[in-house]
Amino acid sequence: MSDHSSATIAAAPPVVEIVGLRKVYGADTAAPTVALDGVDLMLRAGEFAALIGPSGSGKSTILNVVGLLEQATSGVVRINGQDTARLSDKETTLLRGRSIGFVFQFHHLLPELTALENVVMPGAADLGRMSTALNKRGEELLRRVGLVDKTHVRANKLSGGQQQRVAIARALMMQPALVLADEPTGNLDTKSSDAVFELLREVNRETNTAFLIVTHDLRIAARCDRQIEIVDGKIASDTGTP
Amino acid sequence: MPVEYFLALRFMREGRAQTALILGGVSVGVAVIVFLSSLIGGLQADIIERTLGSQPHITVYPRDEEARPVIARDDPNTVVVSRVERPAQRVRSIAEWQRLLRRLRRDPGVTAATAVVAGPAFVTRGQSSNAVRVFGVEADDFNRIIPVRKYIVEGAYQPSAGNVLLGMTLATELGVGVKDRVRIETARGTTQMFVVSGLFEMGSKVADEQWAIVSLRAGQALLGLPGGASDVYVRVADLYDAEQVASRIRSSTHLAADSWMASNAQLLTALRSQSASSAMIEFFIVIAVAMGIASVLIVSVVQRSRAIGILRAMGVQRARVLRLFLFQGAIYGALGSILGSAMGVGLIAFFTRVAAPLFPIEFSGVQVFLACGLAVLTGVLSAVLPARQASKLDPAVAIRNV
Repeated sequence: MSDHSSATIAAAPPVVEIVGLRKVYGADTAAPTVALDGVDLMLRAGEFAALIGPSGSGKSTILNVVGLLEQATSGVVRINGQDTARLSDKETTLLRGRSIGFVFQFHHLLPELTALENVVMPGAADLGRMSTALNKRGEELLRRVGLVDKTHVRANKLSGGQQQRVAIARALMMQPALVLADEPTGNLDTKSSDAVFELLREVNRETNTAFLIVTHDLRIAARCDRQIEIVDGKIASDTGTP
Repeated sequence: MPVEYFLALRFMREGRAQTALILGGVSVGVAVIVFLSSLIGGLQADIIERTLGSQPHITVYPRDEEARPVIARDDPNTVVVSRVERPAQRVRSIAEWQRLLRRLRRDPGVTAATAVVAGPAFVTRGQSSNAVRVFGVEADDFNRIIPVRKYIVEGAYQPSAGNVLLGMTLATELGVGVKDRVRIETARGTTQMFVVSGLFEMGSKVADEQWAIVSLRAGQALLGLPGGASDVYVRVADLYDAEQVASRIRSSTHLAADSWMASNAQLLTALRSQSASSAMIEFFIVIAVAMGIASVLIVSVVQRSRAIGILRAMGVQRARVLRLFLFQGAIYGALGSILGSAMGVGLIAFFTRVAAPLFPIEFSGVQVFLACGLAVLTGVLSAVLPARQASKLDPAVAIRNV
């Protein structure tokens, strides 16, 4: 288990650096929508932060831009110190695959694949092929999330909580520096929700992976080390690094 | 296994109904192409066999004699005889036919050549007399050009000295059979008795009614061409090269050379039209198959937008997404062509063995191979559009919109 004290986190290198981030949808139309308006944010290795705010405030947009799924209209986004603005599509995909893990609200597993195949997919995408070594790592991760007995079960045969655990295992496949979680407990009952949250917390402590968790659930947000509130595309409050 | 191929197979397995439908479509298309090309090939081979069964691919013979105007010896511009009649044509020998024969047999486009003496005559038996065309031939060489031996229905193929082979219809009209004697008489007044050694039935009205085949020496004696040959018959390696070879013979000799293509121009046009219509049907089948594959893959791309978005988020490159769908197209083509070939071969077997042989069908492995190659190519090309569509999907939009 890594050292997870506040001092250690404060001294850790930044995983995400956002400076003056603007994201405008329909910029060339008569009625552009400003989703993010001058956001500055830094997230260091090992941080466990909640991103909260009302619907439409820009939480998911931050996640998409930081996750390199969308490009910023202006501003700087650095992942592991690398400026993402000038990267080609291939380089962006490579950086995303190796540095960032995603956990979505609806888990977004591929129903055609088994739990194990879903977990190893980021590794297979990076390596270009399926392999025994990847399967071994996938099985370790499934054991870590308590689903080793479901290794060869098709994803759509698992319960909601189990699917979300598989999604967490998949997000960790490439040992990313950052995991972006969009309402990871939003679709689960309280018991499953607590279990999934605890799992994320444990992984954060064990691996020093930074987590940025979008949530509407203030109970969940309160259990995170840091709360960042966004309103109307701007950061309204940030408790900062603990 | 490359990850895109692994995913393609999983997607195909998951969409079993779609996969089965499109495979059915491709299979039927390939089966029709295989069956149709075999049927057309068989029909054409049968027509050609029937037509060329009783004629050589090329006939070489002396050019027609031409009468030249009589002009004054001391003044070439003065015509002495103003009206010149076309001379009656007679059976003439090809000068130095042995040398011509040797030369033709060395031609790479020629598989066999033989000298023939052919001319008109009467075959008489008792009160019956029929006009015939007498062929004086070298038995084995002639058989390589026109396979009379296989059409013998009575007796044997022995056009040796004193023997004659007659067409079956002619023999019936004369009331003769094998071992009977007939008299052959030419317009020159030459007469000779022959023993009927065999009767043939070639399926050609002209041959069966009017052909009398004797030895080359006997033919030369009957037609007044001792040591001569009125025609040289040629068989070529590629039927459709016949006119080219004939043209080569015409330009390198002072002889006339008629190919079967020139003598049967209407048949050739019919065969070409048949091939063209067959190619057109095959073309439209390919188009239908291509549209089927493309539409299934486009639906698949729409259905799997979210999956594609997730894969892109997981780090799958655009090029791999492109290959994923191209591979699906190729698999549809390959599996469809295997099933379709089996269906096509099954249909051919049914029509040639189980059902009464309604049509002549010529099975061609090359055609099956080409049909399979065409199906795979069609599969890949049809997948280009949906594959490009999939590879261009924006991952955030794909995940958000579903």
